[in-house]
Amino acid sequence: MTQPVLSVRDLRVEFPTRSGTLVAVDGVSLDIAPGEILGVVGESGAGKSMTGMAVLGLLEPPGRIAAGEVRLAGARIDNLDERGLERVRGREIGAIFQDPLTSLNPVLSIGDQLVETIRVHTRCDRRTAREQAVAALTAVGIPAPTTRIDHFPHQFSGGMRQRVVIALALCANPKLVIADEPTTALDVSIQAQITALLKRLCKEHGTAVMLITHDMGVIAETADRVAVMYAGRLAEVGPVLDVIREPRHPYTRGLMGSIPSLRSRVDELVQIDGSMPRLDRMPPGCAFHPRCPDAGPRCARERPDPHPVGTGAVACWLEQGGVNGG
Amino acid sequence: MLAFLVKRTANAALVMLTVAFMAFMIFRFVGDPVEMMLNEQATQAERAELRERLGLNDGFAMQFVRFVTNALQGDFGISYRNQQDVMKLIGERFPATFELVIVATILSLVVGIPLGVITAIHRDSWLSDTLQMTSIVGVSLPSFVVGIVLILIFSITLGVLPAFGRGDVVQLGWWSTGVLTPSGRAALVLPAISLSLFQITLVMRLVRAEMLEVLRTDFIKFARARGLPARLVNFRHALRNCLMPVITMTGMQIGNLIAFALITETVFQWPGMGMLFIQAVTFVDIPVMAAYLVLVSFIFVAINTVVDITYAVVDPRLREDAAR
Ligand SMILES: Nc1ncnc2c1ncn2[C@@H]1O[C@H](COP(=O)(O)OP(=O)(O)OP(=O)(O)O)[C@@H](O)[C@H]1O
Ligand SMILES: [Mg+2]
Repeated sequence: MTQPVLSVRDLRVEFPTRSGTLVAVDGVSLDIAPGEILGVVGESGAGKSMTGMAVLGLLEPPGRIAAGEVRLAGARIDNLDERGLERVRGREIGAIFQDPLTSLNPVLSIGDQLVETIRVHTRCDRRTAREQAVAALTAVGIPAPTTRIDHFPHQFSGGMRQRVVIALALCANPKLVIADEPTTALDVSIQAQITALLKRLCKEHGTAVMLITHDMGVIAETADRVAVMYAGRLAEVGPVLDVIREPRHPYTRGLMGSIPSLRSRVDELVQIDGSMPRLDRMPPGCAFHPRCPDAGPRCARERPDPHPVGTGAVACWLEQGGVNGG
Repeated sequence: MLAFLVKRTANAALVMLTVAFMAFMIFRFVGDPVEMMLNEQATQAERAELRERLGLNDGFAMQFVRFVTNALQGDFGISYRNQQDVMKLIGERFPATFELVIVATILSLVVGIPLGVITAIHRDSWLSDTLQMTSIVGVSLPSFVVGIVLILIFSITLGVLPAFGRGDVVQLGWWSTGVLTPSGRAALVLPAISLSLFQITLVMRLVRAEMLEVLRTDFIKFARARGLPARLVNFRHALRNCLMPVITMTGMQIGNLIAFALITETVFQWPGMGMLFIQAVTFVDIPVMAAYLVLVSFIFVAINTVVDITYAVVDPRLREDAAR
């Protein structure tokens, strides 16, 4: 097996607060192979964004990586200082955020922002950088890029701005892109276009993607593998088709079972009673057991860790010796 | 854009007219100008003649119109005290105040902006806390105390900088400048520091507050996520988004500085408009006071207007809106 671009091991993200330490991400392990698209789904607050931010080294203080490792092509990046991280961000790992309306600096033209980013990463002269910027805009489908390059963000529509954001994220040819709900803020009619664009560009350049989304339809169409998160932990990981066809974790089953057309959002569809526990009210044992239809006595006592099952991994006692034992 | 300019200018003109009216009222009704201008032995005929010459027998509206027309041509009458043309008196003093205020403004920006950025970036460090504390002291110290302390340290104890006056000045047309001679520059240092200290803390606190706001935005996060170095993120991306309020405040404050220069000028015996005004008050020299009032207001209003227009230039979004 080839070495993964990204390898996260037992990642734990904590927020020290006055009333105690909140654990937003707990024991998450993930691998992303070169060129692979890993979808990450889960309810709001499941820790998807925190995982992505931890990989980028962009957790807002006091949030911090409390344990675990993040490796980029084998080399650890979770212990780098700010200088080291600057060399990783953009150049090795790109990022795309949810809201294109606020992702771009309003007082700089998009050309300025592109040229600056390209020059930081490639150390070329202004002319060359500008040519590359025009090429990048062409690649993401901005019409008339030679004139549009001098325009300011407010002169673009939401969809166009997200194209610019994609151009910015990909302009230094990173090995991995972390896309945190790249289409959530967009008009439904253009969501598919943007997803397709992202997928096409990444396939062309062999860029791996960590695609965080609520949209199971997007996962089904776009991702190679999917990771399901619940309350800061991984519930299930596996190849997309296998997970959709045969979900093993009761939470995943709840997600999938409620999908009429696949083209729908996780939140609207979770027909599992109750809601995800708050970080400061974590139940003992499996975090999902209060809502789980299959829970047994063991689930309330012991917490299951992800365990290899078939082509993926599942964190559930059902797959590890039953819910009554222990 | 043109509509915006016209509207803004009309606004300014209206404000100036109001101020002119107030100045006129002071001129006309605080004491009798005739009594002030003539000595006690003047005959009734002399008084009547002066009254006629000053146009005091005309109707109220007529007098106001004449006051405004004259003011527009820079004619504020004759100083009661030394019988000189008021505008000429002010013209002699204006460059001194102007240079002092400009140097103080530049100083406050050059020192205040970096301090604001630094305290925002390292917001929980001891350096930031110390600067914050110092700035509170800076805000609360009266400017004459600052001036006196500066004189005590640098002029009396160390003897390195002059404590009063403008040093040697060079005449450029009607403008007398101190910045071209070494002694003129040396004389500027202490008054400028003393005048700018309050301003520095204002700029620093404003920049800090704005920076903290901007550093939380998505585009800063995205800039960092693209691997832009911290220096670029802080000073290009973040600071640029803070400049609007800084420009506004600096603009507004220039007017204040001119007014506050009154105190600094008194402490440092700086031969500017402030000193002229203080002398005018002591001698109830109404024309000089009226002219000072109108002039300082004019500077206030002019700066406000320019600031508003600068907005449109700095912020591409406003430019667009104004054009629509
Ligand atoms: N500054 C903070 N202090 C304390 N807790 C925080 C802070 N920021 C985030 N959290 C918590 O971390 C948890 C994970 O948040 P995260 O943003 O990763 O969720 P998410 O899965 O991305 O959700 P969404 O789908 O809404 O984006 C949440 O429970 C949130 O309340
Ligand atoms: Mg999120």
